[in-house]
Amino acid sequence: MSEPQIPQALTELLEEFSFLDRNERIDFLIEYADQFENVPENIALRPYPEERRVKRCESQAYVWAEDNDNGTQKYYFAVENPQGISAKSFCAILDNTISDATLEEVLQISGDLVFDIYGREISMGKGEGLLGILTSVQAFARQASKQHQS
Amino acid sequence: MTDIASRGYSNPDVLVSTDWVAEHLDDANVRIVESNEDQLLYPAGHIAGAVQVDWATDLNDQLRRDYLQREGFEELMSRNGITRDSTVVFYGDRNNWWATYAYWVFQLFGHSNSKVMDGGRQKWEQEGRDLVREVPSYEKTSYVAPDRSDAPIRAFREDVLGHLAEGGQLVDVRSPQEYSGERLHMPDFPNEGALRGGHIPTARNIPWARAANPEDGTFKTATELKDIYLNEQGLTPDDDTIAYCRIGERSSHTWFVLTHLLGFKNVRNYDGSWTEWGNLVNVPIEK
Repeated sequence: MSEPQIPQALTELLEEFSFLDRNERIDFLIEYADQFENVPENIALRPYPEERRVKRCESQAYVWAEDNDNGTQKYYFAVENPQGISAKSFCAILDNTISDATLEEVLQISGDLVFDIYGREISMGKGEGLLGILTSVQAFARQASKQHQS
Repeated sequence: MTDIASRGYSNPDVLVSTDWVAEHLDDANVRIVESNEDQLLYPAGHIAGAVQVDWATDLNDQLRRDYLQREGFEELMSRNGITRDSTVVFYGDRNNWWATYAYWVFQLFGHSNSKVMDGGRQKWEQEGRDLVREVPSYEKTSYVAPDRSDAPIRAFREDVLGHLAEGGQLVDVRSPQEYSGERLHMPDFPNEGALRGGHIPTARNIPWARAANPEDGTFKTATELKDIYLNEQGLTPDDDTIAYCRIGERSSHTWFVLTHLLGFKNVRNYDGSWTEWGNLVNVPIEK
Protein backbone atom coordinates (compact mmCIF):
# COMPACT_ATOMS: atom_id res chain seq x y z
CA MET A 1 0.00 0.00 0.00
CA SER A 2 1.47 3.37 -0.98
CA GLU A 3 2.08 6.15 1.53
CA PRO A 4 -0.61 8.81 1.63
CA GLN A 5 0.26 11.91 -0.38
CA ILE A 6 -0.92 15.47 -0.26
CA PRO A 7 -3.90 16.23 -2.53
CA GLN A 8 -3.04 15.89 -6.22
CA ALA A 9 -4.44 19.32 -7.10
CA LEU A 10 -2.16 20.88 -4.50
CA THR A 11 0.85 19.03 -5.85
CA GLU A 12 0.06 20.34 -9.31
CA LEU A 13 -0.32 23.87 -8.04
CA LEU A 14 3.03 23.72 -6.24
CA GLU A 15 4.69 22.42 -9.39
CA GLU A 16 3.22 25.31 -11.31
CA PHE A 17 4.47 27.71 -8.63
CA SER A 18 7.98 26.36 -8.86
CA PHE A 19 8.30 27.76 -12.37
CA LEU A 20 7.19 31.28 -11.44
CA ASP A 21 9.42 34.17 -10.46
CA ARG A 22 8.49 36.37 -7.51
CA ASN A 23 6.39 38.86 -9.48
CA GLU A 24 4.57 36.13 -11.40
CA ARG A 25 3.87 34.37 -8.14
CA ILE A 26 2.41 37.53 -6.63
CA ASP A 27 0.17 38.05 -9.69
CA PHE A 28 -0.95 34.45 -9.41
CA LEU A 29 -1.81 34.87 -5.74
CA ILE A 30 -3.74 38.05 -6.40
CA GLU A 31 -5.79 36.19 -9.00
CA TYR A 32 -6.66 33.67 -6.32
CA ALA A 33 -7.54 36.44 -3.88
CA ASP A 34 -9.82 37.98 -6.50
CA GLN A 35 -11.62 34.63 -6.81
CA PHE A 36 -12.13 34.28 -3.08
CA GLU A 37 -15.73 34.10 -1.89
CA ASN A 38 -16.79 34.27 1.71
CA VAL A 39 -18.65 31.34 3.24
CA PRO A 40 -22.19 31.11 1.77
CA GLU A 41 -25.10 32.13 3.95
CA ASN A 42 -26.52 28.63 4.04
CA ILE A 43 -23.39 27.60 5.97
CA ALA A 44 -22.88 30.60 8.25
CA LEU A 45 -24.21 34.08 8.87
CA ARG A 46 -22.51 37.08 10.44
CA PRO A 47 -21.52 37.53 13.15
CA TYR A 48 -19.49 34.39 12.68
CA PRO A 49 -19.03 32.27 15.78
CA GLU A 50 -15.81 32.73 17.71
CA GLU A 51 -15.12 28.99 17.72
CA ARG A 52 -14.70 29.13 13.94
CA ARG A 53 -12.20 31.97 14.10
CA VAL A 54 -8.59 31.15 13.28
CA LYS A 55 -6.39 31.87 16.26
CA ARG A 56 -3.69 34.50 15.79
CA CYS A 57 -4.82 35.34 12.27
CA GLU A 58 -4.77 39.11 11.95
CA SER A 59 -7.00 38.93 8.90
CA GLN A 60 -9.89 37.63 11.00
CA ALA A 61 -10.21 34.38 9.08
CA TYR A 62 -12.86 31.76 9.84
CA VAL A 63 -13.05 28.14 8.72
CA TRP A 64 -15.95 25.68 8.38
CA ALA A 65 -16.11 22.12 7.10
CA GLU A 66 -19.02 20.19 5.70
CA ASP A 67 -18.91 16.42 5.43
CA ASN A 68 -19.44 14.97 1.98
CA ASP A 69 -21.19 11.64 1.45
CA ASN A 70 -17.98 10.03 0.20
CA GLY A 71 -16.09 10.69 3.43
CA THR A 72 -14.29 13.79 2.21
CA GLN A 73 -14.96 17.36 3.35
CA LYS A 74 -15.81 20.64 1.70
CA TYR A 75 -14.14 23.61 3.41
CA TYR A 76 -15.53 27.12 3.63
CA PHE A 77 -13.75 30.29 4.65
CA ALA A 78 -14.41 33.88 5.63
CA VAL A 79 -11.87 36.68 5.80
CA GLU A 80 -13.29 39.73 7.51
CA ASN A 81 -10.32 42.09 7.29
CA PRO A 82 -10.53 43.86 3.89
CA GLN A 83 -6.73 44.04 3.86
CA GLY A 84 -6.38 40.31 4.42
CA ILE A 85 -5.44 39.61 0.85
CA SER A 86 -2.88 36.92 1.57
CA ALA A 87 -5.41 35.15 3.75
CA LYS A 88 -7.98 35.39 0.96
CA SER A 89 -5.56 33.97 -1.58
CA PHE A 90 -4.57 31.14 0.76
CA CYS A 91 -8.20 30.25 1.51
CA ALA A 92 -9.01 30.27 -2.21
CA ILE A 93 -6.05 27.97 -2.89
CA LEU A 94 -7.11 25.57 -0.16
CA ASP A 95 -10.69 25.57 -1.37
CA ASN A 96 -9.58 24.85 -4.94
CA THR A 97 -7.06 22.19 -4.09
CA ILE A 98 -8.08 20.31 -0.97
CA SER A 99 -11.84 20.44 -0.74
CA ASP A 100 -12.98 16.94 -1.72
CA ALA A 101 -9.52 15.44 -1.16
CA THR A 102 -9.37 12.46 1.20
CA LEU A 103 -8.93 13.28 4.88
CA GLU A 104 -5.61 11.43 4.90
CA GLU A 105 -4.34 13.61 2.08
CA VAL A 106 -5.43 16.79 3.86
CA LEU A 107 -3.63 15.65 7.01
CA GLN A 108 -0.43 15.03 5.04
CA ILE A 109 -0.03 18.70 4.17
CA SER A 110 2.97 20.21 5.93
CA GLY A 111 3.18 23.74 7.32
CA ASP A 112 5.92 24.31 4.76
CA LEU A 113 3.08 24.90 2.33
CA VAL A 114 2.94 28.51 3.48
CA PHE A 115 6.61 29.05 2.65
CA ASP A 116 6.32 27.15 -0.62
CA ILE A 117 3.57 29.51 -1.70
CA TYR A 118 4.51 32.83 -0.11
CA GLY A 119 8.26 32.51 0.15
CA ARG A 120 10.59 32.47 3.14
CA GLU A 121 10.49 36.25 3.40
CA ILE A 122 6.92 36.23 4.68
CA SER A 123 6.70 37.91 8.08
CA MET A 124 6.23 35.71 11.10
CA GLY A 125 2.92 37.31 11.97
CA LYS A 126 1.55 36.80 8.50
CA GLY A 127 2.88 33.27 8.26
CA GLU A 128 1.45 32.44 11.65
CA GLY A 129 -2.03 33.46 10.51
CA LEU A 130 -1.81 31.44 7.30
CA LEU A 131 -0.53 28.41 9.16
CA GLY A 132 -3.45 28.86 11.53
CA ILE A 133 -5.87 28.57 8.62
CA LEU A 134 -4.27 25.31 7.52
CA THR A 135 -4.23 24.04 11.09
CA SER A 136 -7.94 24.80 11.44
CA VAL A 137 -8.73 22.90 8.26
CA GLN A 138 -6.68 19.95 9.44
CA ALA A 139 -8.42 20.00 12.81
CA PHE A 140 -11.71 19.41 11.00
CA ALA A 141 -10.14 16.65 8.92
CA ARG A 142 -8.64 15.01 12.01
CA GLN A 143 -11.94 15.11 13.85
CA ALA A 144 -13.79 13.58 10.91
CA SER A 145 -11.12 10.94 10.48
CA LYS A 146 -11.48 9.89 14.12
CA GLN A 147 -15.24 9.68 13.75
CA HIS A 148 -14.83 7.45 10.70
CA GLN A 149 -12.53 5.13 12.63
CA SER A 150 -14.81 4.82 15.65
CA MET B 1 -6.56 73.96 11.87
CA THR B 2 -6.50 70.41 10.60
CA ASP B 3 -7.35 67.47 12.74
CA ILE B 4 -3.70 66.43 12.93
CA ALA B 5 -2.57 69.90 13.98
CA SER B 6 -5.13 69.95 16.77
CA ARG B 7 -3.92 66.76 18.43
CA GLY B 8 -1.08 68.31 20.36
CA TYR B 9 1.84 66.45 18.80
CA SER B 10 5.37 67.75 19.26
CA ASN B 11 6.03 67.55 15.55
CA PRO B 12 2.69 67.49 13.71
CA ASP B 13 4.39 68.18 10.37
CA VAL B 14 5.56 64.59 10.27
CA LEU B 15 2.00 63.43 9.60
CA VAL B 16 -0.21 64.18 6.63
CA SER B 17 -3.87 63.34 6.21
CA THR B 18 -5.46 61.23 3.53
CA ASP B 19 -6.99 64.47 2.20
CA TRP B 20 -3.52 65.97 1.88
CA VAL B 21 -2.28 62.94 -0.04
CA ALA B 22 -5.31 63.00 -2.34
CA GLU B 23 -4.56 66.65 -3.09
CA HIS B 24 -0.89 65.93 -3.88
CA LEU B 25 -1.22 62.91 -6.15
CA ASP B 26 0.15 64.90 -9.07
CA ASP B 27 2.74 66.83 -7.10
CA ALA B 28 6.07 66.01 -8.73
CA ASN B 29 7.94 66.84 -5.54
CA VAL B 30 5.95 64.31 -3.52
CA ARG B 31 6.70 60.62 -3.75
CA ILE B 32 4.22 58.34 -2.06
CA VAL B 33 5.75 55.12 -0.75
CA GLU B 34 3.74 52.11 0.33
CA SER B 35 5.34 49.69 2.75
CA ASN B 36 3.38 46.68 3.99
CA GLU B 37 3.63 43.53 5.95
CA ASP B 38 1.50 41.76 3.34
CA GLN B 39 3.44 41.59 0.10
CA LEU B 40 0.29 41.14 -1.96
CA LEU B 41 -1.37 44.39 -0.95
CA TYR B 42 0.56 46.84 -3.11
CA PRO B 43 0.29 44.86 -6.35
CA ALA B 44 -3.40 44.22 -5.64
CA GLY B 45 -4.09 47.96 -5.42
CA HIS B 46 -2.30 51.08 -4.23
CA ILE B 47 -2.62 54.84 -4.25
CA ALA B 48 -2.11 56.12 -7.79
CA GLY B 49 1.51 56.98 -8.35
CA ALA B 50 2.74 55.26 -5.20
CA VAL B 51 5.86 53.12 -5.33
CA GLN B 52 6.53 50.17 -3.08
CA VAL B 53 9.40 49.73 -0.67
CA ASP B 54 9.56 46.18 0.59
CA TRP B 55 11.03 45.70 4.05
CA ALA B 56 12.58 42.33 3.22
CA THR B 57 13.92 42.85 -0.27
CA ASP B 58 14.56 46.62 -0.39
CA LEU B 59 15.56 47.68 3.10
CA ASN B 60 17.46 44.68 4.41
CA ASP B 61 20.93 43.68 3.35
CA GLN B 62 20.45 40.36 1.62
CA LEU B 63 23.51 38.72 3.20
CA ARG B 64 24.25 40.25 6.59
CA ARG B 65 21.67 41.01 9.22
CA ASP B 66 21.75 44.73 8.60
CA TYR B 67 20.14 47.45 6.55
CA LEU B 68 21.21 48.50 3.14
CA GLN B 69 24.32 50.63 2.80
CA ARG B 70 24.59 54.06 1.20
CA GLU B 71 24.99 52.72 -2.33
CA GLY B 72 21.93 50.53 -1.99
CA PHE B 73 19.88 53.39 -0.59
CA GLU B 74 20.96 55.67 -3.41
CA GLU B 75 19.96 53.04 -5.93
CA LEU B 76 16.59 52.55 -4.22
CA MET B 77 15.94 56.27 -4.31
CA SER B 78 17.12 56.61 -7.88
CA ARG B 79 14.93 53.89 -9.32
CA ASN B 80 11.90 55.28 -7.53
CA GLY B 81 12.50 58.76 -8.91
CA ILE B 82 13.22 60.29 -5.51
CA THR B 83 15.55 63.24 -5.13
CA ARG B 84 17.13 64.57 -1.98
CA ASP B 85 14.46 67.31 -2.04
CA SER B 86 11.48 65.01 -2.55
CA THR B 87 8.86 64.89 0.14
CA VAL B 88 8.44 61.18 0.82
CA VAL B 89 5.08 60.15 2.25
CA PHE B 90 4.89 56.64 3.70
CA TYR B 91 1.76 54.63 4.21
CA GLY B 92 0.94 50.97 4.66
CA ASP B 93 -1.06 48.25 6.33
CA ARG B 94 -1.41 47.40 10.02
CA ASN B 95 -1.61 50.94 11.46
CA ASN B 96 1.39 52.01 9.40
CA TRP B 97 3.55 49.49 11.19
CA TRP B 98 5.84 48.81 8.21
CA ALA B 99 5.51 52.35 6.93
CA THR B 100 7.10 53.69 10.10
CA TYR B 101 9.78 51.00 9.79
CA ALA B 102 10.63 52.25 6.30
CA TYR B 103 10.45 55.81 7.60
CA TRP B 104 12.97 54.94 10.32
CA VAL B 105 15.38 53.32 7.86
CA PHE B 106 15.14 56.40 5.64
CA GLN B 107 16.22 58.48 8.64
CA LEU B 108 19.41 56.44 8.89
CA PHE B 109 20.29 58.18 5.63
CA GLY B 110 18.99 61.54 6.73
CA HIS B 111 16.01 61.83 4.38
CA SER B 112 14.34 64.14 6.86
CA ASN B 113 11.75 65.40 4.41
CA SER B 114 9.65 62.34 5.19
CA LYS B 115 6.08 62.04 6.42
CA VAL B 116 3.57 59.36 7.26
CA MET B 117 -0.02 59.32 6.04
CA ASP B 118 -2.12 59.11 9.19
CA GLY B 119 -4.34 56.04 9.17
CA GLY B 120 -2.42 54.36 6.36
CA ARG B 121 -4.11 51.98 3.98
CA GLN B 122 -6.92 51.25 6.36
CA LYS B 123 -8.18 54.82 6.48
CA TRP B 124 -7.67 55.37 2.75
CA GLU B 125 -9.74 52.28 1.98
CA GLN B 126 -12.39 53.06 4.56
CA GLU B 127 -12.90 56.43 2.92
CA GLY B 128 -13.59 54.70 -0.36
CA ARG B 129 -10.67 56.30 -2.13
CA ASP B 130 -9.30 54.88 -5.35
CA LEU B 131 -6.66 52.19 -5.51
CA VAL B 132 -4.99 51.24 -8.79
CA ARG B 133 -2.91 48.31 -9.96
CA GLU B 134 -0.80 50.20 -12.47
CA VAL B 135 2.78 50.37 -11.24
CA PRO B 136 4.22 53.81 -11.98
CA SER B 137 7.54 54.34 -13.66
CA TYR B 138 9.66 57.36 -12.83
CA GLU B 139 12.75 58.73 -14.47
CA LYS B 140 15.84 57.73 -12.55
CA THR B 141 17.38 60.37 -10.36
CA SER B 142 20.92 60.82 -9.18
CA TYR B 143 20.40 60.68 -5.45
CA VAL B 144 23.47 61.32 -3.33
CA ALA B 145 23.06 60.05 0.21
CA PRO B 146 25.37 60.51 3.15
CA ASP B 147 26.86 57.45 4.77
CA ARG B 148 24.38 55.69 6.97
CA SER B 149 24.30 57.28 10.41
CA ASP B 150 23.15 54.71 12.93
CA ALA B 151 24.17 56.23 16.23
CA PRO B 152 21.43 58.84 16.78
CA ILE B 153 18.44 56.54 16.35
CA ARG B 154 19.72 52.97 16.33
CA ALA B 155 20.98 50.98 19.30
CA PHE B 156 23.24 47.93 19.18
CA ARG B 157 23.55 45.37 21.94
CA GLU B 158 26.54 47.11 23.56
CA ASP B 159 24.50 50.30 23.61
CA VAL B 160 21.67 48.46 25.33
CA LEU B 161 24.02 46.97 27.91
CA GLY B 162 25.46 50.42 28.62
CA HIS B 163 22.02 51.95 28.74
CA LEU B 164 20.88 49.26 31.15
CA ALA B 165 23.88 49.85 33.40
CA GLU B 166 23.03 53.54 33.54
CA GLY B 167 19.41 52.83 34.44
CA GLY B 168 18.09 54.11 31.11
CA GLN B 169 14.47 53.57 30.24
CA LEU B 170 13.55 50.68 27.97
CA VAL B 171 10.31 49.94 26.18
CA ASP B 172 9.41 46.43 25.10
CA VAL B 173 6.66 46.84 22.52
CA ARG B 174 5.88 43.14 22.05
CA SER B 175 2.77 41.40 23.23
CA PRO B 176 2.40 40.61 26.95
CA GLN B 177 2.90 36.92 26.12
CA GLU B 178 6.22 37.61 24.44
CA TYR B 179 7.26 39.98 27.24
CA SER B 180 6.55 37.39 29.90
CA GLY B 181 8.40 34.69 28.00
CA GLU B 182 5.29 32.57 27.70
CA ARG B 183 5.63 32.76 23.96
CA LEU B 184 8.95 32.57 22.15
CA HIS B 185 8.33 32.11 18.44
CA MET B 186 6.72 29.70 16.07
CA PRO B 187 8.57 26.46 15.44
CA ASP B 188 8.22 27.08 11.71
CA PHE B 189 10.00 30.41 11.97
CA PRO B 190 13.43 29.52 13.36
CA ASN B 191 14.89 32.64 11.76
CA GLU B 192 12.90 34.73 14.20
CA GLY B 193 13.53 32.49 17.15
CA ALA B 194 15.21 32.95 20.49
CA LEU B 195 16.62 30.42 22.91
CA ARG B 196 15.39 32.29 25.97
CA GLY B 197 12.10 34.01 26.67
CA GLY B 198 11.38 37.06 28.75
CA HIS B 199 12.44 40.68 28.50
CA ILE B 200 15.33 43.00 29.18
CA PRO B 201 15.27 43.92 32.87
CA THR B 202 13.41 47.12 33.75
CA ALA B 203 11.74 47.35 30.32
CA ARG B 204 8.16 48.51 30.38
CA ASN B 205 5.78 46.49 28.26
CA ILE B 206 3.79 48.82 26.03
CA PRO B 207 2.53 46.92 22.96
CA TRP B 208 3.13 49.09 19.92
CA ALA B 209 -0.44 49.10 18.59
CA ARG B 210 -1.74 50.86 21.69
CA ALA B 211 -0.62 54.08 19.99
CA ALA B 212 -3.16 53.66 17.20
CA ASN B 213 -6.92 53.88 17.01
CA PRO B 214 -8.05 50.43 15.87
CA GLU B 215 -11.14 51.73 14.11
CA ASP B 216 -9.24 53.73 11.47
CA GLY B 217 -5.52 53.17 12.08
CA THR B 218 -4.83 56.82 12.97
CA PHE B 219 -2.52 57.80 15.79
CA LYS B 220 -4.06 58.62 19.13
CA THR B 221 -3.93 62.22 20.32
CA ALA B 222 -0.97 63.48 22.31
CA THR B 223 -3.11 63.52 25.44
CA GLU B 224 -4.08 59.89 24.95
CA LEU B 225 -0.49 58.91 24.18
CA LYS B 226 0.80 60.73 27.26
CA ASP B 227 -1.72 58.85 29.33
CA ILE B 228 -0.20 55.58 28.15
CA TYR B 229 3.52 56.29 27.95
CA LEU B 230 3.95 58.89 30.67
CA ASN B 231 1.14 58.62 33.21
CA GLU B 232 0.50 54.89 33.08
CA GLN B 233 4.01 53.62 32.34
CA GLY B 234 6.08 56.39 33.86
CA LEU B 235 8.36 57.17 30.95
CA THR B 236 10.12 60.52 31.00
CA PRO B 237 10.52 62.40 27.71
CA ASP B 238 13.85 63.95 28.75
CA ASP B 239 15.47 60.61 29.55
CA ASP B 240 17.19 58.50 26.93
CA THR B 241 14.96 55.70 25.69
CA ILE B 242 15.56 52.47 23.81
CA ALA B 243 12.65 50.58 22.25
CA TYR B 244 12.77 46.99 21.04
CA CYS B 245 10.54 44.15 19.87
CA ARG B 246 11.49 40.92 18.08
CA ILE B 247 13.31 42.16 14.97
CA GLY B 248 12.97 45.92 15.27
CA GLU B 249 9.95 46.67 13.11
CA ARG B 250 7.24 47.09 15.74
CA SER B 251 9.62 49.16 17.84
CA SER B 252 10.20 51.55 14.92
CA HIS B 253 6.50 52.42 15.22
CA THR B 254 6.99 53.24 18.90
CA TRP B 255 10.20 55.10 18.06
CA PHE B 256 8.13 57.26 15.68
CA VAL B 257 5.46 57.90 18.32
CA LEU B 258 7.89 58.79 21.10
CA THR B 259 10.17 60.88 18.91
CA HIS B 260 7.74 62.81 16.77
CA LEU B 261 4.39 62.72 18.46
CA LEU B 262 5.49 63.01 22.07
CA GLY B 263 8.80 64.81 21.57
CA PHE B 264 11.04 62.45 23.54
CA LYS B 265 14.56 63.84 23.38
CA ASN B 266 16.60 60.76 22.51
CA VAL B 267 14.96 57.55 21.37
CA ARG B 268 16.81 54.70 19.73
CA ASN B 269 15.45 51.56 18.13
CA TYR B 270 17.26 48.36 19.11
CA ASP B 271 16.60 46.40 15.93
CA GLY B 272 18.58 43.41 17.13
CA SER B 273 15.72 43.13 19.59
CA TRP B 274 14.67 39.86 21.13
CA THR B 275 16.00 37.69 18.32
CA GLU B 276 19.43 38.92 19.36
CA TRP B 277 19.01 39.48 23.10
CA GLY B 278 17.20 36.18 23.65
CA ASN B 279 20.09 34.33 22.00
CA LEU B 280 22.99 36.17 23.64
CA VAL B 281 25.10 34.38 26.21
CA ASN B 282 25.13 35.77 29.73
CA VAL B 283 23.01 38.87 29.34
CA PRO B 284 20.41 39.73 31.99
CA ILE B 285 16.84 38.63 31.39
CA GLU B 286 13.70 39.02 33.43
CA LYS B 287 10.54 37.02 33.18
